[in-house]
Amino acid sequence: MAVAAKILRSELDQKAWDAVCDVPDPEVPVLTIEDLGVLRDVRVQADGSVQVTITPTYTGCPAMGMFAFDIEAALLNAGFDKVEVKTVLNPAWTTDWLSEKAREKLRAYGIAPPNGKASRRALFGEEHVRCPKCNSANTSRISEFGSTACKALYRCNDCSEPFDYFKCI
Amino acid sequence: MKDPALFTYCMRLADDSAILSQRLSEWCGHASHLEEDIALTNVALDLIGHARELYTYAGQIEGKGRDEDALCFHRVEREFTNLLLVEQPNDDFAYAIMRQFLFSAFMHPFWEAMMKSEDELLAGLAAKAEKEAAYHLRHSAEWVIRLGDGTEESHNRITDALEFLWMYTGEMFECDEVVSLLVAKGIAVDPMSIKHLWDETVNTVLVRANLERPTESWMQTGGRKGEHSEHLGHILSPMQYLQRSFPQAQW
Repeated sequence: MAVAAKILRSELDQKAWDAVCDVPDPEVPVLTIEDLGVLRDVRVQADGSVQVTITPTYTGCPAMGMFAFDIEAALLNAGFDKVEVKTVLNPAWTTDWLSEKAREKLRAYGIAPPNGKASRRALFGEEHVRCPKCNSANTSRISEFGSTACKALYRCNDCSEPFDYFKCI
Repeated sequence: MKDPALFTYCMRLADDSAILSQRLSEWCGHASHLEEDIALTNVALDLIGHARELYTYAGQIEGKGRDEDALCFHRVEREFTNLLLVEQPNDDFAYAIMRQFLFSAFMHPFWEAMMKSEDELLAGLAAKAEKEAAYHLRHSAEWVIRLGDGTEESHNRITDALEFLWMYTGEMFECDEVVSLLVAKGIAVDPMSIKHLWDETVNTVLVRANLERPTESWMQTGGRKGEHSEHLGHILSPMQYLQRSFPQAQW
């Protein structure tokens, strides 16, 4: 009986996870909250309510409110009627959590994915960013900060394409 | 209250972030060029994120039901305990850049050290904030160099900014009974333990910027006790106006 209950729970958890994992990032709609690693945990409680745990990419990320709203809507649509979205800071989100698939999606969308592993950068450390259009490494940084907290602005010196770079943190 | 020292400590950090964020957001639509406009407001956004976490946490410690909005928008000047440095005005772009540089050169090693805090929330916030502060430091340091090593005009302006703001840097290293108590518990960062890192960053960048480090002199103090420059009230009035006029307003 206990085992059956356990299986039932995990199936429900999976159903709830499947309902929310495709919620897109409002700023980078090719990525889902699962791709980003923003979605940390989905648990269906004994009373049928769903507790969703998410973590922000940046502490001040204004998309968090949107995520919570979209997650709630997705779960309501899937038949769960009580949803609690909890935000946790720990462990801190890092671009290392972006899957290879997510990096490929970013590139195809015209955003250069974060370079390698997040590591300690020297004060004036240079980042070698490849152009997502022509793959040239001959690029220059226009601004450390881009249209959203998670991006910087670059330009390709070969094909002249201005592009966003998903900052490595 | 569970822990008055921790409440005071979190409020100080929250006020630093909130006031500097408000100062930076004043550049929205006014910066030298579009990318810089976006950069300064991005930094402001990160700081709002830190302030929100810290105010919320402080409210929980206090246990009187005050939330982040109550603490940020319904306190008067004398209750704010931010560093005097962060409330200094945006008289000139060079002032805004130098203010950010002097602050970020402190906050980056500060958050890095805070990651080892015994306090779970502060350690968790620090792990995020440290990464963000690294960008704030790099951005402001590059500008200090560009302005210091630029034209005669830019060199003079950043020199003025450095000389004006220098007397506000001493406050960052003050260690009163609140800090000492929490340092002893392994919760707070002893500011003197990161002084050498701040000195190293400041010296390296000033040399590259052809700027001379001001001689050690008298340092202004008072922010942590709620004694502010005349500028704070002028920051609070637009910042608090909406919540004062329409308490509990939501949108």
